[in-house]
Amino acid sequence: MNALKMTIPELANEVQPSTNIVDRCDARWKGQAAARLDRTGKTCRIECAGADLVALCEWLTDEEGYAFATLVVEESAKHTWLLTYVFYREATPPWVYVEITLDRHETSVPSLVGLAQGPSVDWHEREAEDLFGLSFEGHPRLGEFVLHEDWPDGVNPMRRNFDPRMRLERREAGPAWQPPTVVVAPGSFAMPVGPIFSDFAESAHFLLETVGEDVIHTIPRFFYKYRGVEKIAEGLPVDRVLLLAERFSGTAAFAHGLAFCQAVEAIDDVAVPARAGALRVLFAELERLRHHAATIAGICNSTALAIATSQAALIEEDLLRLTCEIARHRYLFGVVVPGGVTCDVTEAQCRRLETALADVADRLSNLHRMLRYSSSFLDRLEEVGFVSRGAAICYGIVGPVARASGIACDLRKLHPYAAYHSVDFAVPVERDGDGYARLRLFFHEAEQSASIVRRFVTALPEGAIRAEPVTHRAGAALAAVEAPSGAAFHWVRLREDGTVVRFRVTPPAFANWHAFHLAAENFAFQDFPIILASFGLSNAECDR
Amino acid sequence: MANWVLRGLRTGIKTSPYPKRGDEAVGVSPGRPSAPLSRTNDAVAALVERCPTNAIIPHDGGVAIDHGRCVHCFRCQGDTAESGVPWESGYEWAAVPDAIARARAKLDRAFGRSLHLRFVDAGACGACVSEARQLNNPYYNLHRLGFFITPTPRNADILLIAGPISDAMGLPLRKAYEALPTPKRVVAIGTCAISGGVFGPSFACAGGAADLLPVDVVVPGCPPPPLAILHGLLTVVERKPPSPLISLPGQAGPT
Repeated sequence: MNALKMTIPELANEVQPSTNIVDRCDARWKGQAAARLDRTGKTCRIECAGADLVALCEWLTDEEGYAFATLVVEESAKHTWLLTYVFYREATPPWVYVEITLDRHETSVPSLVGLAQGPSVDWHEREAEDLFGLSFEGHPRLGEFVLHEDWPDGVNPMRRNFDPRMRLERREAGPAWQPPTVVVAPGSFAMPVGPIFSDFAESAHFLLETVGEDVIHTIPRFFYKYRGVEKIAEGLPVDRVLLLAERFSGTAAFAHGLAFCQAVEAIDDVAVPARAGALRVLFAELERLRHHAATIAGICNSTALAIATSQAALIEEDLLRLTCEIARHRYLFGVVVPGGVTCDVTEAQCRRLETALADVADRLSNLHRMLRYSSSFLDRLEEVGFVSRGAAICYGIVGPVARASGIACDLRKLHPYAAYHSVDFAVPVERDGDGYARLRLFFHEAEQSASIVRRFVTALPEGAIRAEPVTHRAGAALAAVEAPSGAAFHWVRLREDGTVVRFRVTPPAFANWHAFHLAAENFAFQDFPIILASFGLSNAECDR
Repeated sequence: MANWVLRGLRTGIKTSPYPKRGDEAVGVSPGRPSAPLSRTNDAVAALVERCPTNAIIPHDGGVAIDHGRCVHCFRCQGDTAESGVPWESGYEWAAVPDAIARARAKLDRAFGRSLHLRFVDAGACGACVSEARQLNNPYYNLHRLGFFITPTPRNADILLIAGPISDAMGLPLRKAYEALPTPKRVVAIGTCAISGGVFGPSFACAGGAADLLPVDVVVPGCPPPPLAILHGLLTVVERKPPSPLISLPGQAGPT
């Protein structure tokens, strides 16, 4: 937690002097790091030695104002390791890849957790340690993260020589096995919640440490739903991996499908027709609207406000039915494909969307107004589950949770994709960082999504909805999409025959669950479901 | 508070007419592929090739559809012999997978109108979880049919399972099943829980719930819409007949 006490750099918003990052890097790291821009001018690659990694990344985050996005570990056929640390910000170039190459036998990498923004890298390093067997020097806590205590020691499933179809013999955890706890006080105990809990909660485990009345500390444990999506994608053709990209997180299927397709399009150099780009915005906003309506229903339900829950649930179901009517599927499965989308909307459907969403927006604002005047409801949310702006930056929190803590970061604005460059909208921001701020933010964004769709259906460009199929190329690309719960990064590497060599998904839930314990500190037991609901996160998305 | 009551009353009754009558509302179900009567050998081969999860099986000069494998990717959808297979509407998809399950002793009549469920997410993507959660919304309102959701397996009669059974959930799932008092029933919802879907079997997942537990009723779909899950529950208490899991050519689908 030392990182929290250090000065926190201002991220993303403050524009740096316009000298080139390549020049600044050369001036500062002469002879130690080689920086070059790619042909699009959007990505700067910096190659450096492992020994310089920490200092270079500290320079990028603390002085240049970049935020950490993801760590991509690749084991090449030549038996070397390639580690790509991806950083992003609102400036030119938006992306910086810091690359280090290691020999096959070298499995030790310096850890970045000591930096001010170290917490945002923490889980990435723990994951790489578990799945690849790399060790991160200086990391205080490695092991038993994605793979639980029953997984055999020394087997790393993401290694090239591991067969994903193999069923391993699991060993029973001994009776002496105890989850690690933090609180040491007379009479303290840990109350376990999960992995099966509540009515329809997704599987996750929370250890609530308490001395009686209040919960002092929460230790979450995830990856009960680990399906090894990144591993089983390897060696499969693009259209098969698309099924995985869509289905690992069903409630954000379109956003993740879109991110995967954008990465493939970047490799193959495919231009998406204008109409397809506009339809992608339309479907993505429809998904965001439904996701936020579901989150609002969840928050109302967590406070046991029955009628408000019913009202929000009706909106959610109406949106599911509307989505099914427009795009065949209630969760938008099978809509996005590399090169475009598979279903068009007719003129009549546009009118239908316009009136239906006007009605939904109306009902949402009505519900929001009524909730604002329900003091018993507000009592449960205000000053509950607080996340400070500083902590949000350190932990690299994304999406609505970050925006409710005062960080105006939205990939739709930062690096517009699909047809978002033509969408005129302001990123809503709240500063309070508590449960109520997050509820207000979900309402604002939902209403905004409804208005974006309504504006879009009146001016859809004509033309094809899918580009002509092209042959795949070999290469790698990163795509970034603002999924309903925040920034999603998909890294794809393809072979010439169109099979996937590496598929790295960094979903928003992965970043945000990491910071969940900050909000779940020093609270009353009965607030736990409310804090949980106000984050609006999916475990399936985090666990993959 | 009075405002909330008024708002609730003003919303009126939204409850689905199912199971008394069919629900005709648009968007309650994405539909699913139906088995076409006749196709040329080339067309059959093309269809089999087009299905990424082997749900389309050559059968008697046409194709059969194994709904336990279908993941609703829409890649086979089409009306003519050249373009694919037609999709049927409907949602009464629940099936009784094997003879062992069929031979089980009937539930006592007392269960017919009061059954408690415990839902277990065993690696589901979130869509099945969401659809199961919709059963609580005013449209489907599970309680009116005598089904109740209980937070503990010890009070439950039915275990409702979604997901391909990720390995880390195997032990919790088995413990939950053992904690159910007898007689008990297991309902597996979603293609993942039936065949592993796009995920399993693999190093991280089993190939469906039947690998671990005796499954009584399966509800195929990716995800099965709320009315299909409701049909599954009604099938358990024999208030509705099951549908076949595999549609054969020319066989009339469920309504």
